[in-house]
Amino acid sequence: MSFLQVTGLCKSYGAVTALDGIDLSVPLVSRTAIVGPSGCGKTTLLRLIAGFEAPDSGRITLNGERLVDEVQAVPAHQRGIGVVMQDGALFPHLSIADNIGFGLTRNEPDRGRRIADLAYTVGLDASILRRRPHQLSGGQQQRVALARAMARKPSLMLLDEPFSALDMGLRTSMREAVAELLESAGMTTILVTHDQAEALSFADQVAVMRDGRFSQVGTPRELYFHPSDTMVAQFLGDAILLPARLSRGMADCAIGQVSVAGVDHRDSARIMLRPEQIVLEPVSAAEATASAAVPAVAYGEVKKSEFAGAYCTVSLRLLNMPDAPAAAIGATPLVLRRPSVEELAPGSFVRIRILGKAHIIA
Amino acid sequence: MSLARSVPLASTVAPIRRRLLLPARSWMVIAAVVVSLIALLPLGFIVWTTFETGWATASALVFRPRVGDLLANSLLLIVLAVPIAAALALTLAWLTVRSDLPGGRMWAWLLVAPLAVPAFVQSYAWVSLVPSLQGLFGGVLVSVLAYFPFLYLPLFATLRRLDPALEDSAASLGIGPWKIFLRVTLPQLRLAICGGALLVGLHLLSEYGLYAMIRFDTFTTAIVDQFQSTFDGPAGTMLAVVLVACCLGLLGLENIARGEERYARVGSGAPRRAAPVRLGRLALPCLILPALTVLLALGVPFLTIGRWLAAGGTRVLDLNEILPALWQTLLLALAGGLLTMAAALPVAWLAVRDQGPLPRLLESCGYVVGSLPSVVVALAVVSVTARVLFPLYQTLFTILAAYAIMFLPRAIIGLRASLAQVPVELEQAAASLGKSPARALWATTVRLSAPGAAAGMTLASLGILNELTATQMLAPNGTRTLAMGFWSYSSELDYAAAAPYALIMIVISLPLTWLLFLQSRRLADR
Repeated sequence: MSFLQVTGLCKSYGAVTALDGIDLSVPLVSRTAIVGPSGCGKTTLLRLIAGFEAPDSGRITLNGERLVDEVQAVPAHQRGIGVVMQDGALFPHLSIADNIGFGLTRNEPDRGRRIADLAYTVGLDASILRRRPHQLSGGQQQRVALARAMARKPSLMLLDEPFSALDMGLRTSMREAVAELLESAGMTTILVTHDQAEALSFADQVAVMRDGRFSQVGTPRELYFHPSDTMVAQFLGDAILLPARLSRGMADCAIGQVSVAGVDHRDSARIMLRPEQIVLEPVSAAEATASAAVPAVAYGEVKKSEFAGAYCTVSLRLLNMPDAPAAAIGATPLVLRRPSVEELAPGSFVRIRILGKAHIIA
Repeated sequence: MSLARSVPLASTVAPIRRRLLLPARSWMVIAAVVVSLIALLPLGFIVWTTFETGWATASALVFRPRVGDLLANSLLLIVLAVPIAAALALTLAWLTVRSDLPGGRMWAWLLVAPLAVPAFVQSYAWVSLVPSLQGLFGGVLVSVLAYFPFLYLPLFATLRRLDPALEDSAASLGIGPWKIFLRVTLPQLRLAICGGALLVGLHLLSEYGLYAMIRFDTFTTAIVDQFQSTFDGPAGTMLAVVLVACCLGLLGLENIARGEERYARVGSGAPRRAAPVRLGRLALPCLILPALTVLLALGVPFLTIGRWLAAGGTRVLDLNEILPALWQTLLLALAGGLLTMAAALPVAWLAVRDQGPLPRLLESCGYVVGSLPSVVVALAVVSVTARVLFPLYQTLFTILAAYAIMFLPRAIIGLRASLAQVPVELEQAAASLGKSPARALWATTVRLSAPGAAAGMTLASLGILNELTATQMLAPNGTRTLAMGFWSYSSELDYAAAAPYALIMIVISLPLTWLLFLQSRRLADR
């Protein structure tokens, strides 16, 4: 059952089309991430759901209730949707306690207790409640913004790149803490981000957005291993795109034979592999040079290896090129990031093995 | 080994550094202290004459019904005019910044333009249009029209800069539009309102021409009257004491009202532009307010001046008299502006680059001096030069120094803001590239803060251009500025002959106010 339903949403600013027909269905108590390069319209979508702006056309319903359509719109302050903005947007003229309690009515019983509880929930020390926003670190400000948004117990929480201002370490721990917190509070969450790792690790459902449209919507695993096009494939992580020939559930490509889903037969196709699917096994020079006869397994010679701490960037020259489509790229070396412990020295030889299935992109 | 080598190195480096850096800084400190001491002269004069007069005479002069009447007049004026001007400016600023009012940008400029009309010209325009206009009502009406831009300008700039994300956040927390305005927007405007209100209040206390014209007695008019009859008597000085007390009271009040809070935007990144509120069918009624304000504050002066010019014909366009007045005014404005800027530089530089107690003390001195009415400054300078430094009495230097004292705070504010924009690292980078401290300062900080300095000088020159009270009291014999020419004719009720002077003052001031407007917009968009 879908909790938030967005249908055919369009919005443009003058000649610039920010949203071009967005459809999205968000189930109750789930986490959805909307990810895309900056300027793709993801923040606009969030602002339309929050009610800060009105769409040109399209509908949004929340829990069966019409929030906005072509005719009328529920104003933002009556939607009961929580928002955490990019840099927190704390009220600089109010103390932390008053910021958190801003959405609570003034004479609410136990107001002080509620504020203290909320601060505790998001992991803030009670001693900072009397401070001012500018006296807090970036991470603390975001926690305050979250506590403030949670105070009214919204059923839907919108997060607009709330972690992007934080440094890397803090970002990961905040993300985990927030995900856990919102789930235990039973809130449905939509996160907008330009960071694919953040989107994939945070959400049950990921929507990749480009130029005001969704390129693909699905589970993180689905999107990562079965992207609908090259842009999605490359946006969500490193991708190796290879021309291949398909037959009987197998694909022949420059780095050997790999199984693919589907049974169709095609002479010319493009497959995608994630670098993690590739295993390099050191072999002797003799085995490598004798390999030309075995087309199903590819061998390579390490031409270059650049050390960068945990990883090495390794360039491989492929030794045996099974057939025509692969020959096209045979001259270009295969560049892979490998764990440094593999110690692949230039001049050594490897056998290339592929784990899992390849994904046919076109 | 390496330790042993590094020790003598460090000890040879340190003295060189000190030798290079100390002179530049200490010269700045000395200059700043001298400037501040000169600026404090009027205040010192007030304290000194109070002591000299003695308690018995002083209390007799202060506690009398006349002073009570003047006090009541001044306070009533402030209590009525400041809130009205604030409400008007706030509404206008909101309409021009946050709504889709037709012609918003044009209105914004037109609403700043009344700054180019000197207050006494505003008053002249109204008196000759409605001769019966006088007393408190007239005072409040003309004061609001003459001074509301001082509130409009900061409100306009602050509203533009305000991050709409705060209002969005409040809306997502279930707060309705009106409450958002009261609980989020208005508190953010507090500094602008307090600062603007203080400025308007101080102008109300120190303005002479406006109130003399409509025969509304304030401390300033009384002091000038007293000065013209008895020159430098204790009666006038004691009135000045009460006036200074009023000004300092306003200063303290503003200090309390604005509080200790910080209103800067938290977080980084460019704020989103607020979507303008659609006025819809209300657009036309909403247009009435700016249109009426512009009509009253700009239309009336232009209409009156035009009418008098037409009535006076060629008789009033005596170029042999007007042109010398124009040159004298421009010369005074330019020279005074330069002197003011030169005096402001060390104080501003020290305030930005040195966080010690001395710069803060100097800064608060400037703050207090800035609140002193020009009539008090003039009175002090006249008395001191007449009694102690007689060779300087009624010389060009004296009047320029008085201008510098009066307009120093204006110059410091602009200069300070732009100096603060120049990171000290640039100066250090220049030093590391082999520039001497003075040249490093010149090549980086001075260059980059030039726009701010120019703006500060413009403000000072604008003030001098339209200055009447102190100029009248201090000008060397034979001086006749535009303001003085205007004033002598309009005091003789020859309104037609005064009209060309008024027109020239407005026409020169208009481009300067335009610059001011552009600058405040640029600061807001930063």
